[in-house]
Amino acid sequence: MLDDKDRIFTNIYGWESFSLKAAQKRGDWDKTKDLIAKGRDGIIAEIKASGLRGRGGAGFPTGLKWSFMPKESPDGRPSYLVINADESEPGTCKDREILRHDPHKLLEGALIAGFAMGAHTAFIYVRGEFFHESSELLKAVEEAYDAGLLGKNAANSGWDFDVVVHRGAGAYICGEETALIESIEGKKGQPRNKPPFPAMAGLYSCPTTVNNVETIAVVPTILRRGAGWFAGLGLNEKNAGTKLFCISGHVNQPCNVEEEMGIPLQELIEKHCGGVRGGWDNLLAVIPGGSSTPMIPKEICATIKMDFDSLREVGTGLGTAGVIVMDKSTDVIKAIARLSRFYMHESCGQCTPCREGTGWLWRVMTRMVEGRASVEEIDQLYEITKEIEGHTICALGDAAAWPVQGLIKHFRPEMERRIMEYRKRAA
Amino acid sequence: MKKKFEINADYQPESFAFNAKYKKKAQEAINLYPKGRQQSAVMPLLDLAQRQVGEEGAKANPPYGGWIPRAAMDHIADMLSMAPIKVYEVATFYSMYNLAPVGKNLIQLCTTTPCWLCGSDNIVKTCKDQLGIGLDETTEDGLFTIMEVECLGACVNAPMIQINDDFYEDLTSETMTEILETLANGMKPKVGSQKGRKGSMALSGPTSLKDRAKKAGVA
Repeated sequence: MLDDKDRIFTNIYGWESFSLKAAQKRGDWDKTKDLIAKGRDGIIAEIKASGLRGRGGAGFPTGLKWSFMPKESPDGRPSYLVINADESEPGTCKDREILRHDPHKLLEGALIAGFAMGAHTAFIYVRGEFFHESSELLKAVEEAYDAGLLGKNAANSGWDFDVVVHRGAGAYICGEETALIESIEGKKGQPRNKPPFPAMAGLYSCPTTVNNVETIAVVPTILRRGAGWFAGLGLNEKNAGTKLFCISGHVNQPCNVEEEMGIPLQELIEKHCGGVRGGWDNLLAVIPGGSSTPMIPKEICATIKMDFDSLREVGTGLGTAGVIVMDKSTDVIKAIARLSRFYMHESCGQCTPCREGTGWLWRVMTRMVEGRASVEEIDQLYEITKEIEGHTICALGDAAAWPVQGLIKHFRPEMERRIMEYRKRAA
Repeated sequence: MKKKFEINADYQPESFAFNAKYKKKAQEAINLYPKGRQQSAVMPLLDLAQRQVGEEGAKANPPYGGWIPRAAMDHIADMLSMAPIKVYEVATFYSMYNLAPVGKNLIQLCTTTPCWLCGSDNIVKTCKDQLGIGLDETTEDGLFTIMEVECLGACVNAPMIQINDDFYEDLTSETMTEILETLANGMKPKVGSQKGRKGSMALSGPTSLKDRAKKAGVA
C-alpha cells in the first residue's frame, strides 16, 4: 500500500479547505519560482525522467507531449495549454475531487506546464454539470490572481500567465481533445481530423497541448520531490508513480483513493473498498479503467495489476482508472447494453460508422439482454464492433466497440445461454 | 409530454434581452477570450440566458425552470456577430441547454452503468411514483421535471442525481422521497451525500491519510 508520505493529493476528500491559505500549508505554491528556474528544457527533462504518462486515458508520455510544442513562435501565433476537466467517462470521478478540493495543485501545475511549453494562457474546460466544482476552481483562480501567483510575472517567475475557466454543457465527446478545442471556439463539439495535430494547429489554429487535470496537478510535486521519487513508485519505469483510482459498483465501500501504479486489483478492492459485496468469491467481473475498457472476468481480476501495460496484456486498459465492480447478481449483458446506449447517445454524429454503428450495437444488445436473437448474431454483433473500431475520426467509436467485444470475449456462454432460455420460453 | 424544441412554438416569447445583471456577466464572459474570438463566449452566454430565464421563472406562477428561448439565441448571435444558425447548432448540440420550458426543479436521473449497478432503477421509480409523472414530463404545478441523463461523473457516490446545479449522492428510495418533499415545501435539501459521508471517502472511514483525518476531526 502507498505510504501516506508519498501521497500527492492530501486533501482528496475535502477534509481541509481548498483555499490558497490551506493549500499553501499543504505545500502548494511553495517556491514555485525555483521550479520554473529549472528552465523549459530542465522541466521537460525532469517530467520525462519521472515516467509520467497522461492520466486522461491514453497514457501518452507527458514530457514527450510537451516537447512537441514549438520552441519559438515563427509567425507570432501564441501557444496554448488546454486542461481537460470534461470528466465524463462512466466510472470516473477523480478530477472532480481535484477541482473542488485541491484546485491550487492544478493551477500551480498549469503555470509550470504552461511555462514549459511556452504558453501564456491556459484554458481549463470543466464539464458543465460540475457547477460547484467550477465555482470553487474560479474562486481558487481569483485567489491566485490576488496573490500574484497568476497574471503578470506569475509567482515572481518572470512569466506572464493567465487562466480561463470554460464550462462545458453536457457532451461526453468534448473530452476528446479536438472536440474540446472546437467547443472552446464556440462550436459543436465535433472532433477534428489529425493531422494537423494540436501541437501544430489547435485552439484558434495556434500550437496547443491538451492535458488531463490529474496529469497537470501532479507536476509541481514531481518537480519538488524529484523525478527519481516519482519514477521509484509504481510497477516499473513505464508504469510509474501514483494514480487516483475510482472504485464504484458492487464493493462494500466505494471510494476514490490514490494508490501506487501497478497495485494488484484485489488489494485495491480489499484494502480500500472493504472487499467485494458478498466476498471475493461473489465477484463476477470488473471494468478496470472507465466504461470504454473491456471487462475482465474474476479469474483475471485475481492476479491483475492496475497499470497501463499489465492491463493491456490482458486485452483491456487502465484508461482513467475508473474501476467498475460487478458481483454475481449482475446482469452482465444488461450492464454492457446500458453502456452501448451511453455511446449511442454521446456519438457526435459526424462519422457514419459511429453514428449508425452505436445505434446498431444498442439495438442488438437490447435483444441480447432478452435473449431474443440467434447465436449467429453474436458473431454479427462482433462484426459490427469491428466495422466501427478504427474507422472513425476519434476514439469514441473504439470506445463503443470495446465493451461489447469484452462481453463477447468473456461472457459468450452467458449470451448463448440466454438465447437458449428465450427459445425455450417461446416454444 | 416534454415540450420539444420548436422554433415557432407558442411558448416562444417574442423577444429576449439580458437584464442589467446578466448583461454585465455576459460582457465579462466575452472579455475572457482573445480579441476577435468572441464566438468562444457562445456557451457561457447561452448558460447565462438560461439562468436569467430561470430566475424569472422561479418567481412566476406557476413557476418554471431555466430554458433558452429562440429569441435569446438570436440576441446572443447578434451580440457575438454570429449567424443565428451557428448559435442554434451549439444550443441543440449540448444536452444541458433546455430549449423548451421545464419545471422549476429539473431532476436529472443518472442511470448509466455505475449508477444502475447501485440501484438507479429504484430511484427513477421513486421519482415517477412520488410525482405521478413519467420521464421527460413536468408536474402540473410546474415544480418538477424528471429526465434520464448519462453519467454525471460522481460514480463513487452512486446512485446520484442532479437537481438544477446540485448533486445529490448516495441515494436510497427513502432519501430520494425526502428530497422531493423538501423541494415541494419550497425548501432546499442538503446537497451532496445523503449518507453523510465526506466527499468520496469510504463511508466506513478513511483507509489512508488517517493522521490528517484525525487532525481535521473526521475520524
